[in-house]
Amino acid sequence: MGYVIAFMVLPITLIATYSFFQRGRSGGIVYSLTLDNFARAFDSLYVGILGTSVALSSTVTLLALLIGFPTALAITKLHPQHQNIALVLVILPFWTNFLIRTYAWIVLLSSEGLLNQGLLGLGIISDPLALLYTPGAVVMGLLYAYLPLMVLPIYAALSRIDPSLREAAIDLGASRFTALRQVVFPLAIPGTLVGCIFVFVPSVGNFIVPELLGGGKTVMVGNLIRDQFLKARDWPFGSVLAMAMVLMLVLLFALQARITKRVLGQA
Amino acid sequence: MSRTTISLSVLVGSTLVLGACAGGGGSDPLDPNADLSAQNLVVSNWAGYYPEDLPTAFEEAVGSSTTITNHATNEEIMAKLTAGGDSGIDVAFVSGQFAQALADQDLIYELDKSLIPNLANLAPEADNLAYDPGNKFSVPYAWGTTGICYRSDLMAGNEPTSWMDLLRPDDMYKGKVTALATERWLMLPAQKALGYSANTQDEGEMNEVKDLLLEAKGNLLAYDDTTFYSRLVSGEAVMVVAWDGWCNYGTIENPDIKFVVPSEGSDLWVDTMVVLKSSKNKEAAHAFINFILEPTNHAWVAENILYKVPNQAAMDAVLPGLVGDFPNMGFTAEQLLGYEGLVDLGDAAALYTRLATEITSG
Repeated sequence: MGYVIAFMVLPITLIATYSFFQRGRSGGIVYSLTLDNFARAFDSLYVGILGTSVALSSTVTLLALLIGFPTALAITKLHPQHQNIALVLVILPFWTNFLIRTYAWIVLLSSEGLLNQGLLGLGIISDPLALLYTPGAVVMGLLYAYLPLMVLPIYAALSRIDPSLREAAIDLGASRFTALRQVVFPLAIPGTLVGCIFVFVPSVGNFIVPELLGGGKTVMVGNLIRDQFLKARDWPFGSVLAMAMVLMLVLLFALQARITKRVLGQA
Repeated sequence: MSRTTISLSVLVGSTLVLGACAGGGGSDPLDPNADLSAQNLVVSNWAGYYPEDLPTAFEEAVGSSTTITNHATNEEIMAKLTAGGDSGIDVAFVSGQFAQALADQDLIYELDKSLIPNLANLAPEADNLAYDPGNKFSVPYAWGTTGICYRSDLMAGNEPTSWMDLLRPDDMYKGKVTALATERWLMLPAQKALGYSANTQDEGEMNEVKDLLLEAKGNLLAYDDTTFYSRLVSGEAVMVVAWDGWCNYGTIENPDIKFVVPSEGSDLWVDTMVVLKSSKNKEAAHAFINFILEPTNHAWVAENILYKVPNQAAMDAVLPGLVGDFPNMGFTAEQLLGYEGLVDLGDAAALYTRLATEITSG
């Protein structure tokens, strides 16, 4: 409980408090109450950036789901010892610093990078492809960074399903696909939703990938918040944007809890 | 709800305490005979911007034990220094316009020049800088300008001479150009190309600047503050907006990488040293600044970082060996003063940030 207060309640309370005051000339807070910061958040510029962030992060989440679910399912089919090896392989990238892994993508994707030079060398293309510094590169980088966070909870959900349920379905005449669709999928929904949230939330807030792989030409809400605190020295407005993110997070978790309850209630 | 009230009163309380300190602080006279070996100095500087043995060298010379911490950007150190309370830092390295903002907020100490006799080593021009005329609160450490760094071999016959050459590049160079992302330098090429001040606060002018930069964005490879010179080395880019010293890092690897200040002019940026008002080691802090201004110590910056220093004796010692390979090291103090000194924007900082967001997200 003390842990929750120290690391959750206090910082969020501080941010919430900041959001009602005015900015100091060179940063910090001037203690006179105002609601202007909230009004500014509805400016089309900032709403647009939030929209871009949600669209990019949703794409990332969807792709992670399309790749992550079959991966997790395949891992559960392995011999138990091999399952452990596979899981270690999934989290192996986390042992290397995130920045270094992101820079590695630059080496791979840049116009003078390995991929382009390889394709040029093979004569498949005549001009380097513009792979880097595009929204697509941002999606790629985020997908790469957070895919393990999709695989692990889905794996956990799938491996908890009693195998006899699926066997019973097949014994009763269901095809393998029908058993997967009508028995395994529904039971895996709670874990899948957790995976989606684990991927979506850090994607929306990430500001390193848009900067390095997006070449600073794609702005996400994480960049916007960072810039308000460090560049514009506008802590109150940065706080409002941060609160908007927290609110979005709470709504997502509420949605996830509701769906989970309904699914488990039916089962 | 009650928690909000509690943390609010804590916040308000702490500012009152701060206010009281600032009010009572005044400028206590410094003691020229203070025992410097009893003072422990904490300095914050950019990583790699000083010799590694600086703390031991200073301690041997003066006696104060010294720790140097690093910051990556002006913004980062400003956040530390303006967060309230004693940051624990005695001397900070910040760019001129940030020193000005710190002085406006009464956070830095008006220097006691009798304790910094080596100020006499500074070029006379270095006493007349827009953000702090007379160097009342800050001492310049390094200075330079911003221009176009380019591959003279890949652009033979089309060498850039104007900011417009970069903002509206020829078809063959499209997608092979980078610009700086830090707000003031993001705006600079368009401000100068349109004939406006680099410190303009005029909203109409800044809207024109924004439109030009939005147009230029379509031809940019990326915004890049840190690796632009290596992009020139690899050939991924052919011209980039660059600080003079950083262009030299590319020139080291490929002598065809050259630097030009466009005909419309540019900025004069200065990195400075300031003493925090909250410092309890002000005598040692002054001695530290004095130590840096020793020509042999100051010359280290020019020799190793390839930045110009406003210290005539230091430049005279190292310049002959450098100017052949790195012509921009030969820019004189007089020449630099011909460029526009950057000053703090105050309330217009919010306008710049908003426009920068519109440009980079547009």
